[in-house]
Amino acid sequence: MQHYTMNLTLKVWRQRNSKMKGHFETFQVKDISSEMSFLEMFDVLNEQLVAEGKDPIAFDHDCREGICGSCSMHINGRAHGPWDQTTTCQLHMREYKNGDTIVVEPWRADSFPVIRDLVVDRSSFDRIIAAGGYVSVNTGNAVDANSLPIEKQRADESFAAASCIGCGACVAACPNTSAMLFVSAKIAHLALLPQGGPERKVRAVNMVQQMDTEGFGSCTNIGACEAECPKGISLENIARLNREFVGAMFSGSPQG
Amino acid sequence: MAIDSKIPAGPIDTKWKTYKSTCKLVNPANKRQLEIIVVGTGLAGASAAASLGEMGYKVKAFCFQDSPRRAHSIAAQGGINAAKNYQNDGDSTYRLFYDTIKGGDYRSREGNVHRLAEVSVNIIDQCVAQGVPFAREYGGLLSNRSFGGTQVQRTFYAAGQTGQQLLIGAYQALERQVALGTVEMYARHEMLEVVKIDGKARGIIARNLITGELERHFGHAVLLCTGGYGNVFYLSTNAMGSNVTAAWKAHRQGAYFGNPCFTQIHPTCIPVSGDHQSKLTLMSESLRNDGRIWVPKKQGDNRSPKEIKEEERDYYLERRYPAFGNLVPRDVASRAAKERCDAGYGVGSSKMAVYLDFAAAIERYGKIEAGKQGKPDMGKEAIIALGKDVVKEKYGNLFDMYAKITGDNPYEVPMRIYPAVHYTMGGLWVDYELMTSVPNLYALGEANFSDHGANRLGASALMQGLADGYFVIPYTLGNNLADDIRTKAIPTDHPAFVAAEKEVSDRIDRMMNIKGKESVESFHKRLGKIMWDKCGMARNAKGLEEAIKEIQALRKEFWSNVRIPGEVKEFNPELDKAGRVADFLELGELMCKDALHREESCGGHFREESQTPDGEAERNDEKFMYVAAWEFKGDSNYVLHKEELNYEVVHPSARSYK
Amino acid sequence: MNWKNYFSTSIGKKILVGATGLFLILFLVVHCYVNAMIFWCDGGKHFTEAAAFMGGNVAVRILEIGLFAGLLLHIIQGLMLWSQNSKRRSVKYEVSAGNKTSKWYSRSMGLLGTLILLFLVLHMYHFWAPNRYGQAFDAGWKEEDLYDKMVIVFSELWVVVVYVLGCFSLSWHLVHGFYSGFQTFGLTTHKYKSVIRSIGVAFAILIPLIFASMPVYLHYISSYQQ
Repeated sequence: MQHYTMNLTLKVWRQRNSKMKGHFETFQVKDISSEMSFLEMFDVLNEQLVAEGKDPIAFDHDCREGICGSCSMHINGRAHGPWDQTTTCQLHMREYKNGDTIVVEPWRADSFPVIRDLVVDRSSFDRIIAAGGYVSVNTGNAVDANSLPIEKQRADESFAAASCIGCGACVAACPNTSAMLFVSAKIAHLALLPQGGPERKVRAVNMVQQMDTEGFGSCTNIGACEAECPKGISLENIARLNREFVGAMFSGSPQG
Repeated sequence: MAIDSKIPAGPIDTKWKTYKSTCKLVNPANKRQLEIIVVGTGLAGASAAASLGEMGYKVKAFCFQDSPRRAHSIAAQGGINAAKNYQNDGDSTYRLFYDTIKGGDYRSREGNVHRLAEVSVNIIDQCVAQGVPFAREYGGLLSNRSFGGTQVQRTFYAAGQTGQQLLIGAYQALERQVALGTVEMYARHEMLEVVKIDGKARGIIARNLITGELERHFGHAVLLCTGGYGNVFYLSTNAMGSNVTAAWKAHRQGAYFGNPCFTQIHPTCIPVSGDHQSKLTLMSESLRNDGRIWVPKKQGDNRSPKEIKEEERDYYLERRYPAFGNLVPRDVASRAAKERCDAGYGVGSSKMAVYLDFAAAIERYGKIEAGKQGKPDMGKEAIIALGKDVVKEKYGNLFDMYAKITGDNPYEVPMRIYPAVHYTMGGLWVDYELMTSVPNLYALGEANFSDHGANRLGASALMQGLADGYFVIPYTLGNNLADDIRTKAIPTDHPAFVAAEKEVSDRIDRMMNIKGKESVESFHKRLGKIMWDKCGMARNAKGLEEAIKEIQALRKEFWSNVRIPGEVKEFNPELDKAGRVADFLELGELMCKDALHREESCGGHFREESQTPDGEAERNDEKFMYVAAWEFKGDSNYVLHKEELNYEVVHPSARSYK
Repeated sequence: MNWKNYFSTSIGKKILVGATGLFLILFLVVHCYVNAMIFWCDGGKHFTEAAAFMGGNVAVRILEIGLFAGLLLHIIQGLMLWSQNSKRRSVKYEVSAGNKTSKWYSRSMGLLGTLILLFLVLHMYHFWAPNRYGQAFDAGWKEEDLYDKMVIVFSELWVVVVYVLGCFSLSWHLVHGFYSGFQTFGLTTHKYKSVIRSIGVAFAILIPLIFASMPVYLHYISSYQQ
């Protein structure tokens, strides 16, 4: 890989807190190495801002290896930037060339209110999981792990769905701000396993209701979520959620 | 004060059983009256909070991240050990116990480690019941792989995302309790002080990171599940937010810090690419099952790896350690890589890297696949293509990550790797019940020092975190709280809370009012450099003495020249970071002091003065077979307490992987 | 949960849109089949017979009520979803992904549907309304000669253009709608999704194409007759 440095113009969303109005601010950064990650480029900018006595740009980040789901930047119109199946922290600056202008925005959805600058509140996702995204098994209740064989393909599919990192890119990318990909990933993860069987119906109904309560839009099968998901969660999961929901609707008990 | 580790009497394999059947219990009605504070929601914290919630305690859980699901346990890749012996390859509770004791270089407690090995099997059962999608064989049963430092296949895994799957399992259990009202969750909250009343931990002061307000929370007991402090080195595989603050506050309040210098340097990380680097990324140790590690036989060889012929390569791990080869434990593999690079055989632009090569594995798997398809002589290219598919299936996500970070294709060119700080075996000293030296203050998971001695074996961290949270604390907490059922909830206007809050708020104000010139980040980087150079993979007395002075000076400079922008009462990540770095600046000194006093090499702690003629670590059991538990007595003033380690079952011997 | 609750969830609402959509797709098949009789080139003989059968059949008349109910539900629910969804992002993106992450027509179902609705108003004004009115008040429950009426209506070039545009909107609406309907019922599994996708696209091209060729063909006939 040939390494190079570049100068860039950044247009970044600034918003002091959830109540104040936000605006774009333009910055210049110099001598950015093509080997840096996108967030390291932001580190450089923030160091520059601190040195100038200005407030650095707040952004969520933690593991910086694409698994914790904290980072959440909308870069030039794309959730997590232009690379396929990549979180913001794994996007690297060799994507850009000298003189580029990059517009960086927070996830925009009314159910993800801005906390500051590029940081948004995604606690709605936790509440959706709390509504039913689990198997009700207390510690100590378990039987031997190998007493229940699971077809490898089903286990693999379940794992693929369970690899969702809860970053919210699906919501950010969806023109409707729908959270169906997120919800469906959890539903599919558990519905594909026998352990998730007993609560399948009530889980689908409760999680969907919570999703609605949180104010997410409805899914109209546009597919932008799948295109932007850093973990490649498939729309097939949404089909499965729909199937689970329809199943619950027509055969569920009156309670749910 | 003599240290009492409270290890139950009796033979090793009955200690825990006896403890469980004789410990005191709290009846359900009383549990509802008892409030527990859990700080941190990684594997240890989430599993503890969920389990205690299920039992009926009133739990409050805190994490600084925006959601409990983001704790850094999520990034663990390789797997989790359990003595299930599903592979019929000779594993047993005893063998897992033995491997862990030996892997830890005889610096861990037998009682704790045996308990860990015992409950390891329950963890797998529990996780599967929660719906953790572990890798499976075609027959539908669980799959295992081997990991560094062991000769059996006992590691359960979910591709390269085992930590994520386990944490999501624990997180879901936690959210279930949140929904049921037994656990109250406080995300984006950072614990900044332990509140002690009559010598017991009775609550915490936490800062709401969104509003900047300080909050007081009462608890009959406080559980710190706040992970490790590898970020004291600035560059590590830890998350950006991982910190020592909670543990350090506890330490300042009287909790001893155990073996602070025991740091694990992981051998397979992506090398540093430049000064801008903010963190290091691990490539799972599982890669060493199939990858071969080598450097050129010629010093300063600048040819591309493909041009270097087989006979010109030095597979130094296979050469030095024929019995374990590329699967030697982490500390051994890391030191060997450093030795080669220091001697001038390193590769890549920085020359601080070695190759991890999959060419042989690709060819081997390709031949197996070709054989399966009945076409063993299908031509080399076709075989390589088949082999690549197999490797992709096994390690695809790791290879993708490597390609994204470096821009190189690891299927074609060998990976470049170098050791990086990964895990801290040291931590708050705890007794058998996981209680620190402050009554009612507990430490679980990586935050405590207990189970890994001087070096942790691969796939054991997940095991320990979950063991502590799911299967140990539910018993040991009750044993203590049974005597506390008459203690009513203490109102948070108690003078101790008021004083603690004032302490925290004064410190924040002091920091904000420095209004100096240098950023927090810059101080952190400077500290990291001192630590890595002088308290890193190899340590010597001279370097450590220098480091102590340098850190003291740096700390002084921090407290007179740090610049923190913004306000206190708002979302201010720079302020959050400043508090954490301030604590690292104190911890770093203690780590160096600990490393200085331990004049032996053991596990991850390599003192250059203590090595065998062929460069292997030399332990000194006569003088140092103890846990160093440090008591805080004031700035730069620490008193050493020794907990002697008694090996009743395993007989310490030179740890050989040759 | 009772039925009302189920149908007021976001998925429940979409089930209504999807179910009515799939029902309307069935209607399109029948409608297209009957109308395609004009291509017999027999001066509308076959067509008139078929139309009379459809018009005079009680079952079909009852089904027609269902059709209108379905159509209305589809329109109302669809527009409501559209309007609700468009209110959930108060601050819009400065830069949007556009066609990089999704297809324009799948983002424009509300717009395409509205265009189809406008077309439908004209279409019903041309044929359905006069026919039903005539049946009820003038002809004593007899079909009008729809073939003649079509020849007259389509003699106007602008009408032909509007109809072709209507079919164009329908086509794009169906490219997304056909697949989407199946997805909403969760039938687009790994095994079947590519088949459903292909059938959907074929359907979305074929049916509107046949429809669009009708006014064109009749316009040609009418100019020939003159």
